[in-house]
Amino acid sequence: MSFSRILKTIFLVEFISGLYLAIKELFKKSKTINYPFEKGSISPRMRGEHALRRYPNGEERCIACKLCEAVCPAQAITIESTERADGSRKTTRYDIDMLKCIYCGLCQESCPVDAIVQGPNFEFATETREELYYNKEKLLANGDRWESVLAKNIKLDKPYR
Amino acid sequence: MIEYLQILGFEVYKILFLLIPILVSVAMIVWLDRRVWGLVQKRRGPNVVGPFGLFQTLADALKYIFKEIIIPASANKVVFILAPIVTMTLALVAWAVIPMSEEFVLSDINVGVLYLFAVSSLGVYGIIMGGWASNSKYPFLGAIRSAAQMVSYEVSIGIIIINVLLCVGSLNLKDIVLAQQDLWYVIPLFPMFVIFFISALAETNRPPFDLPEAEAELVAGYQTEYSGMMYAMFWLGEYANILLMCAMGSILFLGGWLPLIDIYPLNLVPAPIWMVLKILFLFFLFALIKAIVPRYRYDQLMRLGWKIFLPFSLIYLVLTASFLFYFEKLPKGNF
Repeated sequence: MSFSRILKTIFLVEFISGLYLAIKELFKKSKTINYPFEKGSISPRMRGEHALRRYPNGEERCIACKLCEAVCPAQAITIESTERADGSRKTTRYDIDMLKCIYCGLCQESCPVDAIVQGPNFEFATETREELYYNKEKLLANGDRWESVLAKNIKLDKPYR
Repeated sequence: MIEYLQILGFEVYKILFLLIPILVSVAMIVWLDRRVWGLVQKRRGPNVVGPFGLFQTLADALKYIFKEIIIPASANKVVFILAPIVTMTLALVAWAVIPMSEEFVLSDINVGVLYLFAVSSLGVYGIIMGGWASNSKYPFLGAIRSAAQMVSYEVSIGIIIINVLLCVGSLNLKDIVLAQQDLWYVIPLFPMFVIFFISALAETNRPPFDLPEAEAELVAGYQTEYSGMMYAMFWLGEYANILLMCAMGSILFLGGWLPLIDIYPLNLVPAPIWMVLKILFLFFLFALIKAIVPRYRYDQLMRLGWKIFLPFSLIYLVLTASFLFYFEKLPKGNF
């Protein structure tokens, strides 16, 4: 050990400079936010909770093409469809198992009519597993609830698609 | 009979008057510890329960009370249950001799330092009992480490205390404080204060010497098998011990309840408040150090204790004694 190193050890130089640093940092502003009371900004591409959107006239967008069901790598989506009286093809069942879902966003990307989207909501924890087996009603309700944000996000993301 | 009950009642009242503030301040100190730790790391720390999160510890304690106490099937039940009780009791019992002011002390005994030292040495038993009775490898390793560490650092703390005693000439904690009226011992015995402080860190298993509960290797050390209120008691005992070490440091080196300087506005402040301020200052350092230091390796810890602190404090003891003898400043106590 060199002489200066011994001196440094005896006089606890590094320790005291560490304390000085700690006191300096103590008075700086925290980098974290007060989470449940204030929230961080979220990208328009956020892949959160799923939602099924509607056209402005209230008709469901989904045409039951089953592309999302086919592309889903976790096979979390189950779709059954039927033909309506007016000849259009619509879903009778649209289930997403949110526990299987890996939130990859492929369903959203494959959708030709922007029906299934992943919204900005990530706070949908539940107390039971059953509550996370989403059906068509739940997804459409989500779509109604988040429509303004979802439409804005799709518009913002348009140049990149 | 009535007379006896009266005396008993008064004693119980006095004990409660000391214990309840200590338990409350332990709760506050846990909050302070977590808050300072968080702020240094630029987090916020607990700030939700009550004003500034002050009641966080009370909420935690409430949670612990309602949790199930799990006793491992292979554990020695009696010792397992006894261990946290011993830790907690010993941490609180030591406060009996700590003088908060000239009058405000539960029992003003002539061997106060000896008592303090004895009780804080006994503290290791709680940890050993907990580690052994759990009958599981991590608690056992943690308890062995803790025992070795506490015993090693107790030696140097003992010699540091002798340093102070040489200057005072009495083992009464009140006399120790009163002897510092002209000059706090932190100035002439500054190296001893530093070593005392570092040894106190090791003695209370605080970072950088928190090897007994090194979470990376020992899960939670001797507390691994504990849950619910028993875990909380270990934890309360630990913080009460830290507070006790801070109180010891302020009595031995920082002039206990004496004001910073004995001039007009400062000596109006009541004595116990000065004592509390000094304890808080030392605890603040404890908390800061927790935030900045990495953990020692076990052989480094032992080397520091036995090869550096022990010889250094011994040499300083000889120096102090020779200085006092040569300049005829040896205390003329009531021998």
